[in-house]
Amino acid sequence: MSTRGWRLLFLVILSKPFSNLFLAWGMKNFPQALSPGHPLLFLRAMLEPLVSLGIATQIVWLLSRMALLGIADLSFVLPVTAVGYVLTTFLSRIFLHEDVPPARWVAVGLIFLGTALVTSTSRTEAKTAGFPE
Amino acid sequence: MKWLLLSVVVVTTVIGDLLQSSEMKSAANRPGGVRGVLPLLRVIAARKYLILAIVSMAVSFFAFLALIQIAPLSFAVPASAATFVLETVLAGLVLKERIGRRRAAGALLVLGGIVLLAH
Repeated sequence: MSTRGWRLLFLVILSKPFSNLFLAWGMKNFPQALSPGHPLLFLRAMLEPLVSLGIATQIVWLLSRMALLGIADLSFVLPVTAVGYVLTTFLSRIFLHEDVPPARWVAVGLIFLGTALVTSTSRTEAKTAGFPE
Repeated sequence: MKWLLLSVVVVTTVIGDLLQSSEMKSAANRPGGVRGVLPLLRVIAARKYLILAIVSMAVSFFAFLALIQIAPLSFAVPASAATFVLETVLAGLVLKERIGRRRAAGALLVLGGIVLLAH
């Protein structure tokens, strides 16, 4: 893969966990509890600076992922980006000071492995189903 | 409450993904397929299930915002991987996709992780 490809890959891997971090940080500081009965609260929450930053980072993730899928195989991109579950847990431990007990780390590890397995089969199974490569 | 919100996130994500996948596959089978932004917008406007998919994804996003307000992020994000389990089951049952052993094993690992998160 080219240097541009590796840069895009790092951007894709990092932007999703950071987007989740910004969204969580913003939402935890939002003074009112969100409820389906008050839809305007959701819109007001989206205007919170950290939540807006989270949404912007999510858009960066979406666009960089689309660009990466243009130059790398889906069967490579999807399992590699599953590392985002582990990174998100690290970020919540460091920046949000969340208590992450050992059992949760094991759970995150299982979810990372499982997601990587499920997503790495998408291309193989698409091929057997007759979709073009 | 966090499990209710998590269920809303998972179910609406899966509904959105399945409807999007099914509708886009049938749209791509039309003569000429779907190429470019304008044809894509036309397809979205003409297919009510695709609009429902977008609504589902929006509901999923707002439920995720409410979830991370009350639950730890280190719980909410890994637990939302339950979509992979539900999608694998529904892809086999609804879309009649072939589920290989590796995919089934992966879905079981994710399920094991979520059960562990619950304790």
